[in-house]
Amino acid sequence: MKIASHLNPKLFQDGIERAPNRDGFGDGLLEAGEKNLNVVALSADLTESTRVNLFADKFPERFVQCGVAEQNMASVASGLAAMGKIPFIASYAMFSPGRSWEQIRTTIAYNDQNVKIIGAHSGVSVGPDGATHQAIEDIAIMRVIPNMVVLAPCDIHEARKAVLWATEYTGPVYIRLGRSPVPVVTTKESPFEFGKGQLLVEMTEHRKNTIGLITTGSLVYEALLAAKELDEAGFGVSLLHLPTIKPLDTEAVLDLAETHDLIVTVEEHQKIGGLGGAISEFLSEKRPTKVIRIGVDDEFGQSGEPDKLIAHYKMDKNAIIDAVKKGFLR
Amino acid sequence: MYNLSDEEVRSLELSANAIRQSIIEMLMAAGSGHTAGPLGMADIFTLLYFHILKHNPKDPDWSLRDRLVLSNGHICPVLYATLAHRGYFPVEELLTLREFGSRLQGHPHRGSLPGIETSSGPLGSGLSQALGMAIGLRMDNEYTSQYVYCLMSDGELQEGQTWEAIMMAGKERLHNLVAIIDRNGIQIDGDTEDVMPLEPLRDKFESFNFDVQEVDGHNMRMVADAIGKAQAVYSQPSVIIAHTIPGKGVDIFERDYRWHGNPPGKGPENMVKKSDQGKEALRQLRTLSGSIKNHDLD
Repeated sequence: MKIASHLNPKLFQDGIERAPNRDGFGDGLLEAGEKNLNVVALSADLTESTRVNLFADKFPERFVQCGVAEQNMASVASGLAAMGKIPFIASYAMFSPGRSWEQIRTTIAYNDQNVKIIGAHSGVSVGPDGATHQAIEDIAIMRVIPNMVVLAPCDIHEARKAVLWATEYTGPVYIRLGRSPVPVVTTKESPFEFGKGQLLVEMTEHRKNTIGLITTGSLVYEALLAAKELDEAGFGVSLLHLPTIKPLDTEAVLDLAETHDLIVTVEEHQKIGGLGGAISEFLSEKRPTKVIRIGVDDEFGQSGEPDKLIAHYKMDKNAIIDAVKKGFLR
Repeated sequence: MYNLSDEEVRSLELSANAIRQSIIEMLMAAGSGHTAGPLGMADIFTLLYFHILKHNPKDPDWSLRDRLVLSNGHICPVLYATLAHRGYFPVEELLTLREFGSRLQGHPHRGSLPGIETSSGPLGSGLSQALGMAIGLRMDNEYTSQYVYCLMSDGELQEGQTWEAIMMAGKERLHNLVAIIDRNGIQIDGDTEDVMPLEPLRDKFESFNFDVQEVDGHNMRMVADAIGKAQAVYSQPSVIIAHTIPGKGVDIFERDYRWHGNPPGKGPENMVKKSDQGKEALRQLRTLSGSIKNHDLD
């Protein structure tokens, strides 16, 4: 197999650098604010943990503290966008878009206002805070909204690039972030192209059983580890990373399905309605293909350390490998 | 201050009457929609669009315009009729209300029709949007004289989000935000004070740091004076609680909550049978024989 050349050269070494992708958001927002005077940021009492504090400290006149009121924050942002501002609203994904979904749908998306919605603390890897704070439904509720772009960057560098891209794009965008440090898979130089997937691992020779892994967000690294082991075990493996979940890179997905026996999707989200749902919907119409979805299986999370939770809910490297093997048994 | 002359008041009242007739005609053509709210707010909409707002019907996107946010989108027949009579689009188009392909959606859609600032319908989010606009204007110019008017219903104050917005408007001391509440006392299921009491409303707003005025929402002079005072308030948002009569102008509709969500032809038959409701409403408005006359005309 061939690994994309732009990835972190220390990819499979012990001690690969880890960082929460919300740090990339904080840096990107600050940079966007320096470049574009119309960028404004809104917080619902979670300024530091969403990393909006970097922007707020530098540009207090462009920072709006909304208090613990996510529904109001979404619609205030819509009003600011109506005046030509580019508002970023940041909270935990469970509260925004979780609690403020209708305001986002009607006053931002249907209203066609240029608001960027930052959902931090997605996934079970939120950890000890437990199920109330672990958003594992956000991709589903956001990708169903017309006129909404959905991004799930995989690490600190990609999060920064996603923010800079979203600033230039006119229209509503949802960016999904996590709380815990995750391996830094890409580099500062890695490309980020809106709406395009990236083939991080490419199958280079024909093998008997071939797998097309499709992943997004925080679990890209687990999928990369699984790809490496599967390759070593004799499977043919490619890995497509989709930082843009909506609009879906249908060309890349179709290409993968046409050249591999089995498609396996990997995401830190409910199996229902997320990336796996999007891929299944698309392929069932275009090119019926067996799709195995790795994700949370219609249950809530719980407290615990992130790594333990990822393993418990069968989303880690071993779970991916098991699922692939089972996929070929049938 | 606006100091409306007798002639101006008369002219505004005649415009409001024409707008009420259009509302009835639109609702009859659509066969569905809300009657009481639009009729009750016809005077205030007329006053705003014909006398108060800085706007330009020929250039709806003029950047220096005031903003009018209609929060309770279901009373859009009055907004549509006022915009048409003010020259934003042809009056004949009003009869396409709620039709397939019409720019006059059942609830307003920004981008479909000139002059619509926000899409609205789900209650309780308009004040937040108006608040965002007012903050945006102030970011660009601390002493802005562009105002954001948010027209709201009383029933929608039961939505939690409005109180989030009210709390924040008070905190932000937004002098350029003027909320006007259609205090008609009714909602779909009955009287507001039975469904979920709102009183003491004035005290509630005052405790959230608003400047509060209460007016007769059908007295052009009184409403204009209140808006003038609200504009003069420094470092506080303003609310004008406009006491209105739902269904104002047509006696068979007035003060009856059952006319909240029914068009003429589908309303209660205790006074006039369904087939004659529209005709009777237009007769009253055209002859000015209903209660539309107020003391300024006497």
